Amino acid sequence: MRAFDYVRATDAAAAVQAGGPDASYLAGGTTLLDLAKLDVMQPQRVIDVNDLTSQFGSIASGAGGLHLGAFVHMAEAAAHPAVLRDYPVVAQSLLLAASPQIRNMATLGGNVLQRTRCSYFRDPSWAACNKRVPGSGCAAFDGVNRKHAVLGTSAQCIATYPGDFAQALIALDATVDIVDASGPRVIPFADLHRLPGSTPERETNLAQGDLITGFTLPALPWAKRSLYLKIRDRQSYEFALASAAVALDLNGGIVRAARIALGGVATKPWRAGEAEAALAGKPVSEETARRAADVAFAGAVTHGENGFKVELGKRTLTRALLQAAAMEV
Amino acid sequence: MIPLPKHSSPQACGVTRRRILGAAAVSSALPFAPVQAKVPASARQAPRWTQAVDLTVNGRAYQLDIDPRTTLLDTLREHLDLTGSKKGCDHGQCGACTVLVGGKRVLSCLTLAAAVRGEVTTIEGLAQAEGTLHPMQQAFIDQDAFQCGYCTPGQILSAVACVKEGHAESDDEIREYMSGNLCRCAAYPPHPGRG
Repeated sequence: MRAFDYVRATDAAAAVQAGGPDASYLAGGTTLLDLAKLDVMQPQRVIDVNDLTSQFGSIASGAGGLHLGAFVHMAEAAAHPAVLRDYPVVAQSLLLAASPQIRNMATLGGNVLQRTRCSYFRDPSWAACNKRVPGSGCAAFDGVNRKHAVLGTSAQCIATYPGDFAQALIALDATVDIVDASGPRVIPFADLHRLPGSTPERETNLAQGDLITGFTLPALPWAKRSLYLKIRDRQSYEFALASAAVALDLNGGIVRAARIALGGVATKPWRAGEAEAALAGKPVSEETARRAADVAFAGAVTHGENGFKVELGKRTLTRALLQAAAMEV
Repeated sequence: MIPLPKHSSPQACGVTRRRILGAAAVSSALPFAPVQAKVPASARQAPRWTQAVDLTVNGRAYQLDIDPRTTLLDTLREHLDLTGSKKGCDHGQCGACTVLVGGKRVLSCLTLAAAVRGEVTTIEGLAQAEGTLHPMQQAFIDQDAFQCGYCTPGQILSAVACVKEGHAESDDEIREYMSGNLCRCAAYPPHPGRG
């Protein structure tokens, strides 16, 4: 790692004040230290914000929905009774991620900001990475790209957003609390991440120094009928090849509303709104679920070795919808 | 030569495998060592400063002055002579570096020593002072649950926490909740359903 200045922030205002260009916040450290050791992230100042847990580390459930402090650790949120009972897709998206040790260390705020696992991004010995070095090209286009994205890609970048928890958040219309030098603000979670487009180095709409302090999931009684299905090479401790976060509002077997997000296949957390619309007013069957899946992947663009993800992604979504419809709630 | 830690070593007698191997390597390299080895500039980069770090490890308090980049794993191994925690991947992917912080299992290779909040327990801290092994250590021996032993300290600490978390109720649950600890010898079969 390159040398850095280490400071601890006692509260959000101190954290934001300590920030600046080339400063990074340190919470769990599972992304920052991993990438700093690879010389992919090169903070000159590390601002340890773990003392903010007392202020932003709780979970509250009530009539207004579910509030998750950004400094809650993944393990804690995954085991919380209100999360398990009212938003099973959230609990599962956390439990199926990472490893027990990482879930103890990693915070929810850090989790949504995790970086791609693209092996060219993670290895600076590859010069061509538009995300790491804007304008340098993309080694993945003609390289080892089996796990790269089929949705949301651009001519500059096909790197997959690897996170799971973000899919549950985007599916359920979560909002994000952010603090900056001028104070707090709230944005839709769907507005947090950016498509790579021509600027893959800009992954979020956060400004330098912005600090995520929490997430709110609106009250949604039918979110009890939700799940996260994660398909991957290994049974555990592995990123998704394809995943689906789904929630269904069923009335007499007919879909009143659906929420769908897709992981492992896109360049950012991926809400499949058109697929949701394709299900509205229909019963959930193999046929209607598959048709929705076809809609979800209609815009897929494949490269090299990742063509299989289209069919795998469709089958994953189909299965998730059928399983959600069959749930006893 | 291996630098001696600033504070008294937790090892009672001061003789470790590392010191013996290190001394042998130095003496055998002497005839071949260049007069002044060329070191790239980036490797010569000294920390601009050191950080005062207070740690409590296995019930003992340490006050250190270390490069802020030092991970908890490297602090344990290189500064405190606690080499029981192993560096398998240094990137949080294998679990060999698992220790307990505040009783919770974490990866010491992805933890900055300066950022530790809570007391640290390493494999060296499990046994009783007079030598009686922790039940989990004994179980690993009784069930022949290791071969080369490199993943084993991390496995044992992870297992202790796994049981405490209540995630050891079935073989399937154990397999899932121990999935963060890899074993390249594949000594997996004896692990579940035991101890």
